Amino acid sequence: MPTGLFHSDYKEDEQIFQTLWLKCWMGGLLLFLFVGFPLVATPLSRFLGFSVQHMANMIGIFMIGAHGLNLLTGFTGQISLGHAAFMGVGAYTSSILFMKAGWPFWLSLPAAGLVTAGVGMVFGVPSLRLRGLYLAIATMAAQFIIEYGMRNWTSLTGGSGGLNVDRPSFFGIPLDTDLRYYYLILVLAILSTVFLKNLLRTKTGRALVAVRDRYLSAEIMGVNLFKYRLLAFGISSFYVGVAGGLFAHYNLVVSDEHFTMWLSIQYLAMVIIGGLGHVLGGIFGTIFMVLLPEVLRIPTEILSNIYPNFFTYFGTLRELVFGLVIILFLIFEPDGLAARWHTIRAYWKLWPFSY
Amino acid sequence: MSPGILHFVQLVVTGLVIGSVYALVALGFVLIYKATSVINFAQGEFVLMGAYVCLWVIMDFQIPFVWSFLITMVFSVVLGLLVERLMLRPLIGEPIITVIMVTIGLATVLKSVVTLFWGTQIRVFPQIFPQKPLNFHGIVVSEVYLWTLGFALLFMAIFAFFFKYSRAGIAMRATADDQQVAQSMGISVKRIFAISWCIAAVVSAVGGILIGNINGINITLADFGLKVFPAVILGGLDSIVGAIIGGLTIGILENLMGGYLDIYFGGGVKEVAPFVVLVVILMIKPYGLFGTVEIERV
Repeated sequence: MPTGLFHSDYKEDEQIFQTLWLKCWMGGLLLFLFVGFPLVATPLSRFLGFSVQHMANMIGIFMIGAHGLNLLTGFTGQISLGHAAFMGVGAYTSSILFMKAGWPFWLSLPAAGLVTAGVGMVFGVPSLRLRGLYLAIATMAAQFIIEYGMRNWTSLTGGSGGLNVDRPSFFGIPLDTDLRYYYLILVLAILSTVFLKNLLRTKTGRALVAVRDRYLSAEIMGVNLFKYRLLAFGISSFYVGVAGGLFAHYNLVVSDEHFTMWLSIQYLAMVIIGGLGHVLGGIFGTIFMVLLPEVLRIPTEILSNIYPNFFTYFGTLRELVFGLVIILFLIFEPDGLAARWHTIRAYWKLWPFSY
Repeated sequence: MSPGILHFVQLVVTGLVIGSVYALVALGFVLIYKATSVINFAQGEFVLMGAYVCLWVIMDFQIPFVWSFLITMVFSVVLGLLVERLMLRPLIGEPIITVIMVTIGLATVLKSVVTLFWGTQIRVFPQIFPQKPLNFHGIVVSEVYLWTLGFALLFMAIFAFFFKYSRAGIAMRATADDQQVAQSMGISVKRIFAISWCIAAVVSAVGGILIGNINGINITLADFGLKVFPAVILGGLDSIVGAIIGGLTIGILENLMGGYLDIYFGGGVKEVAPFVVLVVILMIKPYGLFGTVEIERV
């Protein structure tokens, strides 16, 4: 009996989940997400004092966006400080098409992705000839310009008052509860993860990684830099646009305040803390960033019993902790949570003979 | 002068004053970039920090402006040193995304520290420079604007001399030119990095105090710092002259666009116009007016 992993053909080597053990784990995880989690969500919410279902939905929505940013930043090496604005474009597109033009939801959501992809590519163009530094600045400009558009193009976006959106129904099933919406988000989140994972195994994905690692060498070897950078921008914006559409219909109101620079920074923090260039990174990072405020709430509530004014500082304190977490992660754990996960797994694989 | 031209000149003059402060802050930004190749997203927060510390010293300790100004300068030097030593030095050699992100993290931390200590409502400096409007042939300029312009120009002149004649200044230029050669000539590159961050923090604080005297300060002053990006992109990321010219140009440009286009776009054009300019410059002349065009080799 072989002790270890031995592949006898390429097909086996290319599998994502290479052992039966892993496949069982994945099956178990999926079973939990589809059946187990909705069952435990309600009692857990009562126990913890906040809606676990809502948290899960937010994690799912932002995970899609984080995957998009990870594709751009982690796999193609293009930093973007404008992803919140792109998410806003998706949110407004879907809302306007759904509410004003009367499109069905299953059309308005992909349309949101496509429009956002277009917008993202427009702002991606100037940066294609530039290095990471300039790209950060260009996308930051995109963030401010789009934010301004959302605030001031009143006839289309409703200005700073925002736009009210209804919960959609999906082929006759009204997605009116958090739980029903959860299934939609779950399916899309899984689809986006699978697509990302598989994209990276194709010719396109390898070209993107080559562009990240040595773009000049990549170009010499025949990778069309312009095409692949633009493609990365397009797919990335599509992801985040869909996330925006989902967010709009979940949140029931969209306004420019949901898509500020701060969210762009949070997105970057998600992929960096999770691990740039790991599909798992987007997942871990999003869970971490969405849960962090809830975790912070506990010490805040204890402290606010002692200092009654303390609660007013909660928002600021949260930002402070976010900033510190970003800095500390970059200095002490630059590869993120996903890398840590891999080392832990490698450790247990060989335990107790780690050498 | 006809009212149209008068309006135009008025806008240019006010823009010039704001632009001179942009130029000052952009100077600090370019300095860091040139010496250490770090893009500092916390430049605006240095502005914020400087303004608030100065105001705090004046108001809460009742210290005269000149002294509180000097105290703020000392504080900025310490802040610059701490940031360089604790955050940037461990990251030497790390990828650019990491370094950018760490300055963004720093910006978040500084901003929330300011909010925790001083709140978010707008605060006004006690009158230090007279606000009396002066009238030059119909162009009305408040005296504080002239002081601001004068101060900004004075600081720029000081730094011009510093770079041209002082040992530290020449060492900084050498480091910016070629780190390895500078090091082999006995220049401590680490020290130069530290000095760059100190100077950047100091000029930003000066900018913050000057703007605070004109408008009063609140937390959005940090966004003011973000306007250095259009300025430095226009001037060229690694050119000190470019930073000054870029700062002045962006100041004038945003004021003109604000003055003439606000009625068509429902206000706030001033806030976004510099960034539109930025995108356009990146499209047509990505290395700016005076920036070094990089030739890349494998």
